[in-house]
Amino acid sequence: MNALLTIIHRDLLLVMRRKSEVLTALFFFVVVTSLFPLGIGADAALLRKIAPGVIWVAALLSTLLGLQRMFASDYADGSLEQLVLAPQSMVLLVMGKIIAHWIVCGLPLVMIAPLIGIQFDLDASSLYVLMGTLLLGTPVLSLLGSVGAALTLGVRGSSVLMSLLILPLYIPVLIFGAGAVYANSVGLEISGHFSLLGALLILALAFVPWVSSAAVKIAIE
Amino acid sequence: MNQLNNSSFSENRLINWFKLSSPSTFYPVAGKLIPIFWVLAGLFGIAGLWVSFFVAPVDAVQGQGYRIIFIHVPASWMSMFIYLVMAAWAGLGLVFNTRLSAMMAQALAPVGAWMAFLSLWTGAFWGKPMWGAWWVWDARLTSELILLFLYLGFIALQASIDNPRRADKAGAILALVGVVNVPIIYFSVKWWNTLHQGASVSLTKAPAMAQTMFLGMLLMALCFWMYSIAVALMRVRTIILEREVHADWVRQLSEVNR
Repeated sequence: MNALLTIIHRDLLLVMRRKSEVLTALFFFVVVTSLFPLGIGADAALLRKIAPGVIWVAALLSTLLGLQRMFASDYADGSLEQLVLAPQSMVLLVMGKIIAHWIVCGLPLVMIAPLIGIQFDLDASSLYVLMGTLLLGTPVLSLLGSVGAALTLGVRGSSVLMSLLILPLYIPVLIFGAGAVYANSVGLEISGHFSLLGALLILALAFVPWVSSAAVKIAIE
Repeated sequence: MNQLNNSSFSENRLINWFKLSSPSTFYPVAGKLIPIFWVLAGLFGIAGLWVSFFVAPVDAVQGQGYRIIFIHVPASWMSMFIYLVMAAWAGLGLVFNTRLSAMMAQALAPVGAWMAFLSLWTGAFWGKPMWGAWWVWDARLTSELILLFLYLGFIALQASIDNPRRADKAGAILALVGVVNVPIIYFSVKWWNTLHQGASVSLTKAPAMAQTMFLGMLLMALCFWMYSIAVALMRVRTIILEREVHADWVRQLSEVNR
């Protein structure tokens, strides 16, 4: 447990030393969502309809930006090798890195989503649902993304390759996340969407740390 | 490695399967099997095409146009089946650390991707006259497209890692993650939207089509199956030659020395 907290603290400290990287991902999220009304037109009814999808797709893309950093810099300077050699379980250390990534790349999106939602003229209940789905969904994105980040360590063109590997796996999260907000806006029951998002989160929590640590070990060998 | 451990208990079997796990023994065996599978593919193909064009009746609703089903459905079946087989080989390679299993997975990926592409392409040709659209965002079309993306991701990952052993293992993990995700993706897309016609063939109920139509589809599926095996074996032979180029047994092959 101590090792988990140490690695989260270390990763957050490293990020705080270079604040620009965090802000870039967040800024990317804001810019991409703001581009859509400019491309589609300022019709409020249309914007309200596409808002969940646009916000969720932008969230997927901006979490991808941060994934590159999850293992790559540690791999480059050799500290990842030391982590693999450490007596603590690798699964726990990988879990710590995933949590740190979520705090840096997922949580800010949850916080700023209502602001973007207001831009798209969403009402208060939709904003709550949007925040709720993002709160459940972004950890899944960080978890699944860690597999891609570990598999593409030190590979040519790794960031593009990673998006090719990971984005298809993000589809269920996107469907249920955006689906809940849409269902809420047309007055349908949303508990099913939340249950499924929760199920995805539990499944990912149960399996992904093991898969990612195996992938990191393959890259180190 | 496996050969040493297992030789004692597998000696008294009819065929020594572990012996085949070595590329040098598998290479000539695959060479002998390829023509057999080509012949089988040809026979099933001729029979299947004959049944599907001349024996199967004209569909009451869709007319002659439905006959593309005899290419479309086998291609879709194979695209899904090959992904499972590929993941199984990749998993075997990861667990037993056998080189040949990983090579088999690598050889199957392009075949499966080609089947997925073929299924989408023929589906578009079928959809235009029947639904009036080349493409609709329906569950089965969308998940087939995602399956194609998964194949392409696997191929791209293997191609971009220089060390073949690492490429094998990374690809294996991706294939296994993909195989867990395929049903999740399928059901999520299905609940998202469904306007595709219901499945015509299922394991639980009798096929809702004429017996001859089903026979034609079955023959074509067997043809595609044999074709996939033949092509995968040809690919795996090429991969073996590529990777074992420095081995003595490769230098002694007549086709290499020419």
